[in-house]
Amino acid sequence: MEKNTIIELKNITVEFDGEKVLDDMSLSIRDGEFVTFLGSSGCGKTTTLRLIAGFLEPDSGEVFFDGKNMRGVPPYKREVNTIFQRYALFPHYNVYENIAYGLRVRKVPEAQIKEQVTEMLRLVNLQGFEKRNVTKLSGGQQQRVAIARALVLKPKILLLDEPLAALDLKLRKDMQNELKNIQKQTGITFIFVTHDQEEALSMSDTVVVMNEGKIQQIGSPIDIYNEPENAFVADFIGESNILDGIMKSDYNACFAGRCFPCLDKGFEPGEEVDIVVRPEDVDIVKADQGMLRGTVTSVTFLGVHFEIIVDIGGFKWMIQTTDEHKEGEVVGLVIEPDAIHVMKKSKYSGQFGDYSSYSDEIDTLNVIEEEEN
Amino acid sequence: MKKRSFAQRIAGAPYILWAALFIVIPMAIVVYYAFTDANGQFSFDNIKQLADYKETFLISFEYSFIATVITLIISYPFAYLMSKKSAASQRIMMMLVMLPMWMNLLIRTYSWMNILERNGIINNFLEQFGIEPLKMIGTPGAVIFGMIYNYIPYMIIPIYNVMSKIDKSLLESAEDLGSNGLSKLRRVILPLSMPGVISGFTMVFVPSVSTFYISQKLGGGKVMLIGDAIERQMQTSYNYNLGASLSLVLMIVILISMIVVNRFAGDDDLLI
Ligand SMILES: Nc1ncnc2c1ncn2[C@@H]1O[C@H](COP(=O)(O)OP(=O)(O)OP(=O)(O)O)[C@@H](O)[C@H]1O
Ligand SMILES: [Mg+2]
Repeated sequence: MEKNTIIELKNITVEFDGEKVLDDMSLSIRDGEFVTFLGSSGCGKTTTLRLIAGFLEPDSGEVFFDGKNMRGVPPYKREVNTIFQRYALFPHYNVYENIAYGLRVRKVPEAQIKEQVTEMLRLVNLQGFEKRNVTKLSGGQQQRVAIARALVLKPKILLLDEPLAALDLKLRKDMQNELKNIQKQTGITFIFVTHDQEEALSMSDTVVVMNEGKIQQIGSPIDIYNEPENAFVADFIGESNILDGIMKSDYNACFAGRCFPCLDKGFEPGEEVDIVVRPEDVDIVKADQGMLRGTVTSVTFLGVHFEIIVDIGGFKWMIQTTDEHKEGEVVGLVIEPDAIHVMKKSKYSGQFGDYSSYSDEIDTLNVIEEEEN
Repeated sequence: MKKRSFAQRIAGAPYILWAALFIVIPMAIVVYYAFTDANGQFSFDNIKQLADYKETFLISFEYSFIATVITLIISYPFAYLMSKKSAASQRIMMMLVMLPMWMNLLIRTYSWMNILERNGIINNFLEQFGIEPLKMIGTPGAVIFGMIYNYIPYMIIPIYNVMSKIDKSLLESAEDLGSNGLSKLRRVILPLSMPGVISGFTMVFVPSVSTFYISQKLGGGKVMLIGDAIERQMQTSYNYNLGASLSLVLMIVILISMIVVNRFAGDDDLLI
């Protein structure tokens, strides 16, 4: 069943101090869809939500709700509610009054307010917290109050700016399920922001991958993972080996010093391309039976599987396998046609590649995550 | 480590000494004078005499209350608008608010005397158009006006300070939840700026209720406030005992009214 477009962004550009924060962004969102904006810090996710909520007008381009141009419509007249990145709870109200705020503004009768707030408190698992001072709650509890405060209004569209960032892993998983259920039951359109790719892939109908104010790819989680459009998306979502290659002809891609049968077509013969091979799609075999041959340089045990780095002609491949291998072992690699994904060259080509700086990369990633938390 | 270290106690000592020398001891002296007669004998006479000043007390409180409320009504919207301006405009407006404070209170009040007088600037101006001179000086209105004029910065500044610190995201979240300008003001800005209102109220009301200079100069001797009464006992009648008992009662009444204001506003910490 094809649903109607509920929100449309048309050629949106936003600048701050001469810096383009959103660059010619276009996007349409269907009624009842769970859309996730995924991108690293500072790529313009919050800015996009602020445009939709009405706190910011685009420098050029238009926002449409149900086909109506929203330029000049103030936030309080838009059928949207936001769960803010930093909660923004009212410090002078207790938990109950915070959640009741929107209902009071709408002059809902007291009995109904009580019923709906109680229902929300149950939903976010904060029964008995009615009288508590919101400034004295933990980060996770504050976040849940913020979720309840927006949800109680049953908006048509809910904007969620990294609503689960402050929760511990267990609560986070629970809330992910909870939010997903709420979304399914209510049919509210969710526009969700995260920089956690796993969260994005597991929750959404549609993922919008952003970088530097531009949309890199829009698609279902499976498409985004299996058919990344450029090297940025391939690198950002999951692990990937990204190699320079040449399309010799349809169904024939050459990289790592030889040609492989593949499933991609539609490139110019001899066109330079980026090749993506996911670590879990490579099979390790005996050295003399593989299509490629290399030396294991590092082995990391991760519980379910091993992460193995194999050096082939100076390019470090990451491979995930359940079999144990030893450092220094010479192994053969088999890459099936469906494991090879061919992408057009983009400005990100060459920026992401092999895993030669693997351990460094892990370290910097950890540091970034810690800084953000 | 709950006990304070020796160093901490040494560091705190000057302040404790200062407080003892300039706050506690003078208070004790006031109390002593209030309950003694001219010969240093314990006596309730001064307290009994206070009955004669009931009217003066009432007028003082009435005028300063009116002045403080009007000041609040002017200052609140001003501080609100000011907090919404750009940083540069905010600095300029702040300068303008503070500017009169750089001048001495006496000089400011004296100038107003010249402006409001029977033959003052305003009446001279009106005369040019054949308009009857207005009686301004010597009226309660002039005294109240003087209080407002002199103390309005003490109302604007604390309200502005609190308002400019209100987290912008709270205002956005109010709008997001459906509040238009008025409802945002009532449900978010007003309650969050209450501490500023209370300290502004205190800082205008207290000096207004105990002023004597403003009432002398702009009241033209016809408006006698409690400050004038105290001044007269001290400067003219040399009755320190009665002066002290008037001061004591004034202090106590101010204290009580401030506690009431705080309770009324539902704030836990006393701002006096
Ligand atoms: N009001 C503003 N004035 C100036 N620059 C701004 C403003 N708001 C955002 N920016 C800039 O715009 C860029 C995008 O910001 P935005 O908040 O949209 O990022 P984000 O994707 O939400 O990042 P994060 O994941 O860290 O929340 C950043 O470089 C930020 O510094
Ligand atoms: Mg953000």
